[in-house]
Amino acid sequence: MKFEKKSEGLYALDVCGYVCPHPQLYTKKALEKMKGGELLELVFDNASSGESISAMCESVGNEVIEKTTVSGKYTWKIRKIAA
Amino acid sequence: MEAVAKMEGAAEGNQQGVTRSNQAWAYVIIGFFSLLTMGTYALNEYYIYVAAYLWFGFVYGMCLQYGRFCFSSAFRDLFAVGVPRMAVGIMIAMVLFGSVSAFVTATGNSTFHAAPYGIHSVIAGFIFGVGMVLTGGCASGSLYKAGEGNATAMLVILSISIAQALFASVGGWTNNLVPYSWHQAAVARGLPASINAGDGWVDQYLAGYVWDQPVTRFSKVLGLSNPFAASFVGDVLVGIVLPAAVLLIGVYLIWYRKGYLRRRAGARLPTSGLGVNLAGYWSMIVASKRTAIAGLVLGIAAGLHMYVMKGLMLKFGVTNFGQLMAQMGHTAGLSAKGTVFDPGYWYVTTQEAQWVGWIFNKLGADNMDNIYFGFENGLPNPLINPADWMSLALIGGAAVMALLSNEFKWKGTTRELAMWAVIGGTLMGIGSRLGLGCNIGAFFVRVSQGDVSGWMFGSGMFVGAYVGVKFFNWWTERKMAKEMAAFEP
Repeated sequence: MKFEKKSEGLYALDVCGYVCPHPQLYTKKALEKMKGGELLELVFDNASSGESISAMCESVGNEVIEKTTVSGKYTWKIRKIAA
Repeated sequence: MEAVAKMEGAAEGNQQGVTRSNQAWAYVIIGFFSLLTMGTYALNEYYIYVAAYLWFGFVYGMCLQYGRFCFSSAFRDLFAVGVPRMAVGIMIAMVLFGSVSAFVTATGNSTFHAAPYGIHSVIAGFIFGVGMVLTGGCASGSLYKAGEGNATAMLVILSISIAQALFASVGGWTNNLVPYSWHQAAVARGLPASINAGDGWVDQYLAGYVWDQPVTRFSKVLGLSNPFAASFVGDVLVGIVLPAAVLLIGVYLIWYRKGYLRRRAGARLPTSGLGVNLAGYWSMIVASKRTAIAGLVLGIAAGLHMYVMKGLMLKFGVTNFGQLMAQMGHTAGLSAKGTVFDPGYWYVTTQEAQWVGWIFNKLGADNMDNIYFGFENGLPNPLINPADWMSLALIGGAAVMALLSNEFKWKGTTRELAMWAVIGGTLMGIGSRLGLGCNIGAFFVRVSQGDVSGWMFGSGMFVGAYVGVKFFNWWTERKMAKEMAAFEP
């Protein structure tokens, strides 16, 4: 697991290799640490976590603005809802 | 209703074409099971019995993978991330399974026997519930994830299997933990001489305690005697539909309503009134189409499975596959009753205990003197164990589905995940033996058949999942703090 601040307002979270529930838990916590309007670049490779992360973002109001998949690796850009 | 955005999750990213090698492997798996079915049938028509288990297992695997149908996440994701997707999916599957099998039961074709209920069902569910959060998947979830090429899931299966095989035969100092009344009751059972019921913790737990606990179904509690009224009104309506609907109302109010109303507010739609909440409740039910479809097909298949197994029993004039094995000359591994594990429906954990138990037995362990293997389930060669083929084909069905959606990927484990897999798998193994089943055998199937013990195991799982999530919350928070120390003063 790697969580880093890439620049002002941009964070990166890499949870590749993890299975449920770790990716969704780390994503939730990362978003909680960020400020409204900031962007998270999330990379994970556990397909079923995607379902939970998607639903979680929808429920809280965080916006998944981009989803790319390359050979089983998912890169999602998530914008935290403005406070 | 634009506000109600669709949730398709990771599946969206997989719309590109299926690679040729994935297609080829899918054909190889289907071909293998087909050849096995035809080849064994050519040897003896009795093998159709094993093939029936196999193909239902295959369908379960396909559905589980397609819907990412995980019982663990049904409980866990509510507490962990507030997502009700799987809780909804499981309720749908149980209502469907219950309705199909109610017909099977009412016409006298059910293979189901209710289990003894009591506080032990809740405790077993609790231990299982904690374990399934730690491992990241329930017993059936680990099977389908193994089919996706996930090594952690394979390790979970191995842990559940070994834990059960050891736990079922554990004796020695654990005998001191058995209440004397259990010991007396177990010895007084008058079991066959080959079974040493007075030695071994699980033996005395079963024969000295569990077997004396009451057994009932909702139809019986309501005193319904007409078989159709009993099945449809008692077991399905009162036993599944009403509790499921009430539980989902709770899930809606606690975990879904707020987000739903916020989305409506964003779309400038009304946000109060009964109609709005009913629409919200429905939107929660249909939020994940994949999960709902998987639940639908799983429920129907699980009901048909019972019907088919009963049909085969009637066709061959037997009540257990052990009788067919004996007729074919395979008597090794039969229980003292001449039976093998042959649930007649979807089940996961006992066959896992059996394949490891069989290996232990071949290595010289004396485990046929216990009730679980020696008296009830036998230790047949895994190659002729019908339920083992159901699990193998479940993995195969999941693999085919994963290959055809480009989601199959060999994925190793890490030291941390392996640790959780072993600890959680062991807890799940112990919980399964205490509760006489896992999330499928002790919860899904029993609830769907109106067996009171199913909800008791489920309530234990619910609390266990809560405790497991609490623990992981603490664990992940700790790791996040370390990462953040690098960029936060």
